[in-house]
Amino acid sequence: MYRYDAYDQKLVDERVIQFANQTERYLAGELSEDEYRPLRLQNGVYIQKHAPMLRIAVPYGNLRSDQVRKLAHIARTYDKGYGHFSTRQNMQFNWPKLETIPTILGELATVQMHAIQTSGNCIRNVTSDPFAGVAADEAIDPRPWCEILRQWSTFHPEFAFLPRKFKIAVNGAKDDRAVIRAHDIGLELVKNDAGELGFRVFAGGGLGRTPIIGQEISPFVAWPHLLTYCEAILRVYNRFGRRDNMYKARIKILVKALGVEAFREQVESEWAHLKDGPATLTQAEVDRIATCFVDPAYADLPATDAGYSAALAENKPFAAWAKRNVRAHKRPGYASVVLSLKKTGIAPGDITDVQLDTVADFADRFSFGEVRVTHEQNVVLADVRQSDLFELWQAARDAGLATPNIGLLTDIICCPGGDFCNLANAKSIPIAESVQRRFDDLDYLHDIGEIELNISGCMNACGHHHVGHIGILGVDKNNEEWYQITIGGRQGNDAGLGKVIGPSFAAADVPDVIETLIETYIAHRHEDELFIDTVHRIGVEPFKQAVYGDKTPAQRKVANG
Amino acid sequence: MAKLIKNQQIIDDAWQVMALEADTDPAGVAVPAGQWIVPLAVWQAQPALAARGDVAPLLDGADDPAALADQLAALPLVAVNFPKFVDGRGYSIATLLRSRYGYTGELRAVGDVLRDQFNAYFRCGFDALSPAAGKYTDAQLAAALASLADFTEPYQASIAHRDPLFRRHQRVLP
Repeated sequence: MYRYDAYDQKLVDERVIQFANQTERYLAGELSEDEYRPLRLQNGVYIQKHAPMLRIAVPYGNLRSDQVRKLAHIARTYDKGYGHFSTRQNMQFNWPKLETIPTILGELATVQMHAIQTSGNCIRNVTSDPFAGVAADEAIDPRPWCEILRQWSTFHPEFAFLPRKFKIAVNGAKDDRAVIRAHDIGLELVKNDAGELGFRVFAGGGLGRTPIIGQEISPFVAWPHLLTYCEAILRVYNRFGRRDNMYKARIKILVKALGVEAFREQVESEWAHLKDGPATLTQAEVDRIATCFVDPAYADLPATDAGYSAALAENKPFAAWAKRNVRAHKRPGYASVVLSLKKTGIAPGDITDVQLDTVADFADRFSFGEVRVTHEQNVVLADVRQSDLFELWQAARDAGLATPNIGLLTDIICCPGGDFCNLANAKSIPIAESVQRRFDDLDYLHDIGEIELNISGCMNACGHHHVGHIGILGVDKNNEEWYQITIGGRQGNDAGLGKVIGPSFAAADVPDVIETLIETYIAHRHEDELFIDTVHRIGVEPFKQAVYGDKTPAQRKVANG
Repeated sequence: MAKLIKNQQIIDDAWQVMALEADTDPAGVAVPAGQWIVPLAVWQAQPALAARGDVAPLLDGADDPAALADQLAALPLVAVNFPKFVDGRGYSIATLLRSRYGYTGELRAVGDVLRDQFNAYFRCGFDALSPAAGKYTDAQLAAALASLADFTEPYQASIAHRDPLFRRHQRVLP
């Protein structure tokens, strides 16, 4: 993992001082509400329904065990004993007092953490593959590039107040696990014909109110030019992105309005001035940062651990967990483990202080002291010996972190929704729970197979509903909460947006509808065909028929349109 | 007299900013005697203003700094307007004036200019900051000077730091 030098530390320490001063002036009435709001947002502080919410940056989802323990301490000391991992791999606390936030930031700085640019109209936390460095299908490790981008985007003075938020994701593997085409800039690490390293650059993707899949604006930008190229994109956006309407202010609207060709031309002509300038990366800097991401001291192990194989054969629950929550590793004898934060009855992504401490202990005992957060809101131990898996499973089960459901219907992506968020039109956590309760039979869940169910409480789409195989969107109709359902969306290399199946439903009907969708899939599926593939093969119509039948929307309890 | 932060010091300032009412013909606006910062449209419509020496152009967010490229060498002052502090276009305009167009005279931020952005203004090449009249007391403005140095060793190359941190200093891992 990246470790701060004195310069990194100084910037974070200076931020703590700056924000403490801003908060002090706000509480003293020197800064108005309108003046303070953008400042606190750029430090991850929202004022929510119940209290301020603090969103802490977890750069590209990477944490050390001492950082996880600090999060546990903060949950215990300043919050109600739990935190929430978000779909941007960050950690959110829902109950801190505003006056304590500067102190919390001071505590975070002691473990090289911060809340910088976790909200606001600026460049947000860079996200990436939670299996970076360990995935067998990885061509190039994205983490050094994420860190380079993190430093470049942190307090970039020219881009301090963009028209709207700006998200960058990086992928270096064959399978895109970072949803790069749903980002303002998506970067895919590639090599050109000459074997040089660079980036295929996408721009203008994003979910939210107007979901758009990002388009390629350059097939290859050689690595030294990464920052100048991004700077060119950001400058075009900063100058020409719309500022008159916040719903039309994302870069995707600019790219759409100009057309991708014209946008590309503007970027290229801006880049012509910046290319080879001082922001051009040096081999020395890339090497310095890459040193932090070399492989840990792996042992030479046999490809298959005999004890592990025996345990799989003897213990059915362990085998079920291993099937879903254990992932192949590039090194013989090692595996990556996903600790599920999707236990029924617990809000997806929520984790208690005790569990955080436990995860930190697991990291130290089993995985070189490191932890990753996934955008699916689970936690990964990336480097576990196969021979440790049984012991880890037992301990994770005791801690409530071993629900064997990764990739299954109950592994739901879900935003905090109307229970916490001021923006939400509808609750999302109880919807997730009602679906989890309906599908409580593990054998049935395994039979349904891999499927992604994503829930957002409003069109801002924090729950990524557009790219869920099944997406649920909370909508407000005449002050009532309704749920619109889409199917056929997906993340990954073939990322696409789901299609709405029809009029929306009341909360109580959602589990029935999901069940009908699943039954329809099972009736139509070919052997070993996943839900998403069946949907794309037979189209939305059979699902629509099954859900709505001949009934008009008036007969069934659905809202108008 | 209004206060201005110039080169990190508080000084008195006699320049006034002229607003252009909607539907006004910029060619017909009379620019009185005294030091005036006028909208780019007025500046462009009345070429004679350039010869006065006590009139300077004001760029708004939508204005193209390239419009001044040929004149910059002779200008004592260029102002950039921040209608709201959250409108960040002026940072790019300032950066372009200083880098692409090589402007070396006074570059002044006017409008909703607040201390919490002083450091970003400074790094983007502004050497003069003009908070709205009455926005800060003398004591508050004096305290605000500290914000110019909120971040002492930033990561990026910018106008204030020609090189990014990785070129300015030998960085070693702890």
